[in-house]
Amino acid sequence: MLRRLLLALTLCVTPFASVQAQSLQDILQTHADEVLKPGRRSVGVVLDDLVASGLPQAVTFLEAWRDREIVQRDADGLFFKAIEADLIDLDTGDVIGVADNNDLTASRPNGGVRRAIGEALVQFQLSDPDITKRRAAVEAIARGMEASQLEPLQASIEGEMDPTLKATKIRLAGMLSARFGGTAETRIAAINDLAGDLSVDVRAVLNQVLTTTPSVATDLPDGRNIARVLTPGIDLAEDDAYSQLVAADLAPALIDADAVRAALIENITGDTVGGFPVSALNTDAARAQAYAALAEDGLVAPLITAEIKTTALASHLFFETYDEPNADITDAAKAALDAIESKVALSQAVDLGLDALSLASIYFLAAIGLAITFGVMGVINMAHGEFIMMGAYTGFVVQLFVPDYTLSILIALPLAFAVTFGAGVAMERLVIRHLYHRPLETLLATFGISIALQQLAKNIFGTQARPLTSPAWLDGALVFNDVIAISYIRIAIFVMALIFLGLILYVLNRTRLGLEVRAVTQNPGMAASMGINPDRINMLTFGLGSGIAGIAGVAIGLYAKVTSEMGADYIVQSFMTVVVGGVGNVWGTLAGASLIGFLQKGIEWLNPSNTLAAQTYMILFIILFIQFRPKGIVAQKGRAAAD
Amino acid sequence: MSKLLPLTSFVTAGLLASTSAFACDAPIKVGVLHSLSGTMAISETTLKDTMELLVETQNAAGGLLGCEIEAVVVDPASDWPLFAEKARELLTVAEVDVIFGSWTSVSRKSALPVLEELNGLMFYPVQYEGEESSKNVFYTGAAPNQQAIPATDYFLEELGVEKFALLGTDYVYPRTTNNILEAYLLDNGIAAEDIFVNYTPFGHSDWATIVADVVALGADGKQVGVISTINGDANIGFYKELAAAGISADDIPVVAFSVGEEELSGLDTSNLVGHLAAWNYFQSAESDLNEEWVAAWKAKMGDERVTNDPMEAHYIGFNMWVNAVTEAGTTDVDAVRTAMYGQEFPNLTGGTAVMLPNHHLAKPVLIGEITADGQFDIISQTSEVPGDAWTDYLPESAVLKSDWQALGCGMYNTETETCVQLTSNY
Amino acid sequence: MRNSFIAQNPSVLWFLMALAGFTLGVTLLSEATGIAFLSTSFVKTLGKTLCLCLIAVAMDVVWGYCGILSLGHFAFFGLGGYAIGMWLMYARTEVIVLESLAGQALPATPKEVSDAIGNQIFGVVGSSEFPWIWAFADSLFLQLLMVVLVPGLLALVFGWLAFRSRVTGVYLSILTQAMTLALSLYLFQNDSGLRGNNGLSGLQNIPGFEDTSQAVISIVFFWASALALGLGYLFFAWIVSGKMGSVIKGIRDNEARVRFLGYHVESYKLFVFTITAVVSAIAGALYYPQAGIINPGEIAPIASIYLAVWVAIGGRGRLYGAVIGAAFVSLLSSWFTGGGAPSVPLGFYTIQWTDWWLVLLGFSFVAVTLFFPKGIGGLFDRLVRKQA
Repeated sequence: MLRRLLLALTLCVTPFASVQAQSLQDILQTHADEVLKPGRRSVGVVLDDLVASGLPQAVTFLEAWRDREIVQRDADGLFFKAIEADLIDLDTGDVIGVADNNDLTASRPNGGVRRAIGEALVQFQLSDPDITKRRAAVEAIARGMEASQLEPLQASIEGEMDPTLKATKIRLAGMLSARFGGTAETRIAAINDLAGDLSVDVRAVLNQVLTTTPSVATDLPDGRNIARVLTPGIDLAEDDAYSQLVAADLAPALIDADAVRAALIENITGDTVGGFPVSALNTDAARAQAYAALAEDGLVAPLITAEIKTTALASHLFFETYDEPNADITDAAKAALDAIESKVALSQAVDLGLDALSLASIYFLAAIGLAITFGVMGVINMAHGEFIMMGAYTGFVVQLFVPDYTLSILIALPLAFAVTFGAGVAMERLVIRHLYHRPLETLLATFGISIALQQLAKNIFGTQARPLTSPAWLDGALVFNDVIAISYIRIAIFVMALIFLGLILYVLNRTRLGLEVRAVTQNPGMAASMGINPDRINMLTFGLGSGIAGIAGVAIGLYAKVTSEMGADYIVQSFMTVVVGGVGNVWGTLAGASLIGFLQKGIEWLNPSNTLAAQTYMILFIILFIQFRPKGIVAQKGRAAAD
Repeated sequence: MSKLLPLTSFVTAGLLASTSAFACDAPIKVGVLHSLSGTMAISETTLKDTMELLVETQNAAGGLLGCEIEAVVVDPASDWPLFAEKARELLTVAEVDVIFGSWTSVSRKSALPVLEELNGLMFYPVQYEGEESSKNVFYTGAAPNQQAIPATDYFLEELGVEKFALLGTDYVYPRTTNNILEAYLLDNGIAAEDIFVNYTPFGHSDWATIVADVVALGADGKQVGVISTINGDANIGFYKELAAAGISADDIPVVAFSVGEEELSGLDTSNLVGHLAAWNYFQSAESDLNEEWVAAWKAKMGDERVTNDPMEAHYIGFNMWVNAVTEAGTTDVDAVRTAMYGQEFPNLTGGTAVMLPNHHLAKPVLIGEITADGQFDIISQTSEVPGDAWTDYLPESAVLKSDWQALGCGMYNTETETCVQLTSNY
Repeated sequence: MRNSFIAQNPSVLWFLMALAGFTLGVTLLSEATGIAFLSTSFVKTLGKTLCLCLIAVAMDVVWGYCGILSLGHFAFFGLGGYAIGMWLMYARTEVIVLESLAGQALPATPKEVSDAIGNQIFGVVGSSEFPWIWAFADSLFLQLLMVVLVPGLLALVFGWLAFRSRVTGVYLSILTQAMTLALSLYLFQNDSGLRGNNGLSGLQNIPGFEDTSQAVISIVFFWASALALGLGYLFFAWIVSGKMGSVIKGIRDNEARVRFLGYHVESYKLFVFTITAVVSAIAGALYYPQAGIINPGEIAPIASIYLAVWVAIGGRGRLYGAVIGAAFVSLLSSWFTGGGAPSVPLGFYTIQWTDWWLVLLGFSFVAVTLFFPKGIGGLFDRLVRKQA
């Protein structure tokens, strides 16, 4: 072991004389095609030769190759490194000319090749003074763990200065020795150290220790590390079990309908098969009879009946054996994995809860404006979705003029509020005011506005989705552990939803405006006689609701997309949120959004491969819910509740 | 021979054009059946513009058979039944000689019965799920074996992917493609439990859970790769969530079949560098023809506009049709169809596309990595792959074959040696 | 009885006469007679428009007369289309399959036939199994029954639940809209067994009439649609003119008062809701063989809202208003979006109607709601009254 390490070191430092004569260019020329058009499976030869050559410039070459800086000159087939306009000789590192794209062909190693190059570079980079290179090396090991990496990695831990990277290296070395450690004791110790780590790569390591192979035999073999014995019908479908038997040549193959048909056609003599007229063989039963007749004559193999099948299954044992022969190791790994899995399950539940919370906050944000216009004022605004869209497009337009993403979002939020507030006020003045006593017609009129606005947006911004980019500090995710993580943008939306909840509660319950709003909604005539101007209040309230929709639009655009149809995606959901929660109450909307968000995630969890089904069942649930609780979760009481 | 003919006709047509505008009195009409409004307008409007550019170019080069070509543009408005109605109008009222159109499979299936009833001719330019070969349609987009299978091979061979997440929008193209891929992966020794399939609705935006599920697939230490047939807008949310979760192309590569230059223009691609797409054409293809084409497109439409794969399909389809008409000396559908078989035309990516008797093209397959400027870096290009109408990887269609030239049948059962039907399934 | 009913409602007679005259005129001018002034595709458009008029009449009864703004009637329309589409697809495919299986060495078993049909129909969506909902697809009679039964039962159950809980007004609108959304999302799934987003297509090819030209088929469907519209109009006119009609209108104007008068309001509402749903389904069953394809997009909530828009523009509370609204708006729509309308050059900008039609429609709709709540039918009334 020590010798190999020394060998590797000498290789790096003092190359052997015999290979010294060779230049890097020579090696590359012998593999010219492979260097120009590398493939993952075939690149190994080149890499081996390069590493074996021990040339110091090979490392620089590999790095350049990985970064796609290597070109071939068409004229003479020589390879160079091209950085911007400079053409650099690979052996000397001198700039030898200007890179002219017309007679150079770039080598474009694909992802798989780049990974292979990265792995080849590991041994050179683990102790490189440049921390980014050391990091790259550690990442390369993490992506493709191999036994040979264990020693160089362990050797490099001592000299590692960066504490974070050192911790990563130690953790990685632990995982490597769990898989490739020299003795059973070191491996078991390493495995025990891994227990409690939820990360995907640790689970990967343990699972790889625990890989199994399915087998079948009449008796359990001795000396094999058996994982478990399977019972056909319970752990294993009977058909699968039988096909395992067939595959192991322990039972004759099943004869299915197609085989019966083929056999019958094979044996047609004149107009009959096995004594049955061909024209009568138009049912499965008749075909089975004819086949049985053929089998009796020994022309075809007899059918495998259910009885034969059961006997065959009963006389064999189905089991899985670990590929790792040492039972102590597998036991330790199994115990560690079980402990991790139960923690993972818990974490997954928490993660799902976070997702649900995030979805609920998005629904809440989309619906909260509606909670005011519909819930408090009773106005059905089908154009609410289009106000969301207008807000999002406002954000997009602001980003066209203000390139700084943080600043643009700070401008976009109040501007979106202003734009949609204006639109809402205009709509209230021009349309809704005239229809206060005809709610159904408000629905239709605002629907007209909705389709007009949607088409207008298409005419102005095009049908293409427009980007609304979040500032860099909202990129990435808040990671609790390898399972629980939530992106910052979703947290921002959640926080925003909370702020608006607080704001609206404050405005409605603690301010003069809120008092007047409540007065006007409860009894406009009485409110007017108390000196409140109901027209003004209605206008302001509607503007407020619309303005909040605009801000919601910016938020939704940040996390998803900005299109002319984005509003339509949320409108039905938003109405349902308000209705389910209970009209006339902001808390109700919160409850409604939470119910819908959690419900949808719950159903998705039950049926993860079909998100559409989750949405369908969620709506069905809501319909039923409203049938049995027509006033919503938080029902209004007293006189205000009357229609 | 077939290469010489158009050249000579150009010369004669050019001469005629120089004396009088066009020799014949009635123009040759080309129907353009692409949605200009509704949800598909985003993709299809580009193809309408492509057709107009192609017709203009051809007219400038002397038209066709001495006649001017006129593009008859109608708008089926992303409304599938309207495709049938408009196709009928084009064929019976406007009396066009050929139709270039359709994007989604359902719109093609809507127009098919009309085309077959009235013996029309349509060129369909988009990659699709296969399992069809109509006498009246030429498929210039990719069949699954010209896009999905090579991309999967790339995953298996070059990236060493051992566990697959097939994510798609819930409609026929992803469903069928994923079925084919599942069968193909099982054939290649990938276990059934290592294939994760998920379908989401059109325009889906809540991707957090699905992305987390995909990451969790790596828990048994196998390299995970995503094959995405996610369509349209939904991609934006998906890629945003991938970026937010910090998943790079080195960790979990994603190859997309419906994401091209046009779709990327709605995205900030800096976080997506290295993810892949498979097509028969990328704007970044290095060839003189392509440079000319891109320049002509930008000159017509503006500098910021990009070219994409279905545009190249129309480019090849239209030019093949022009050559076939010239060869046949008439625009009669049956004569043109016969002349189409074996028709060759240079690809924009290099090499030559050939029209096969099963109405599909032989085209090279390209795999590109997304770059920071919203383009693709081509990292793999095969030689021409002949399009296969009926996939070999599903048992029911493995026995089917299409050959309109020799067998005169688009759905021929090689086991029973009979033609299942002359019309198509719709 | 009939005489007195017609005598009391002269407008019904006028309408039926106009419809008959229209049908005759279209038939004479169609390609089927050889005059071919009207193309087959236009005859199909007209036939489809008649079906839309029929569902608009149903919508008018449920909304204009009974005051229930249902945003779900297009779902029933679509269900009717799906029900008939299943038979059309099955029967058409069966013919093809039997033909191709006939040449085989062994006669096909029933299972082989059904597998082959399933493979032809569902191969497109990557499946070959027959879902249970196709159990009756082989029988035209049963499937015609489904046209009426499925939407009828759905309306009955949904209506019973909703009316029983006293869900009224905008809440009911939202609830019906949710139902429509759920249904269309369900049908969008490939697993729904109705071919997901692709829906059922090729419905214009009628099994057994493979050799009949579409010119003839389109005229036959045009007649059928006209007949259905005529009968439907007569039926609803009869319903809304009698005593029942008075109760229904009473419910619209003041539900509580009618209830206090001792009428069982819920039963009346349920009856109107269900019967209009059934008529909508019949309209759908006639519409989709002319359209050629049905898919979940047709059922999307927006379609039902458009239906309400037609009725409102035509004029609520008068049956001919619904017919005028549906015919006027849908034909105008296809004229504008079909590129038929000339562009308006403004010098600095050219208005292309394919882009601006929806904007115009949206705002004109607002205008109608604000200024002409009685719609086009209201203008009619005014004219008639002036003459009288």
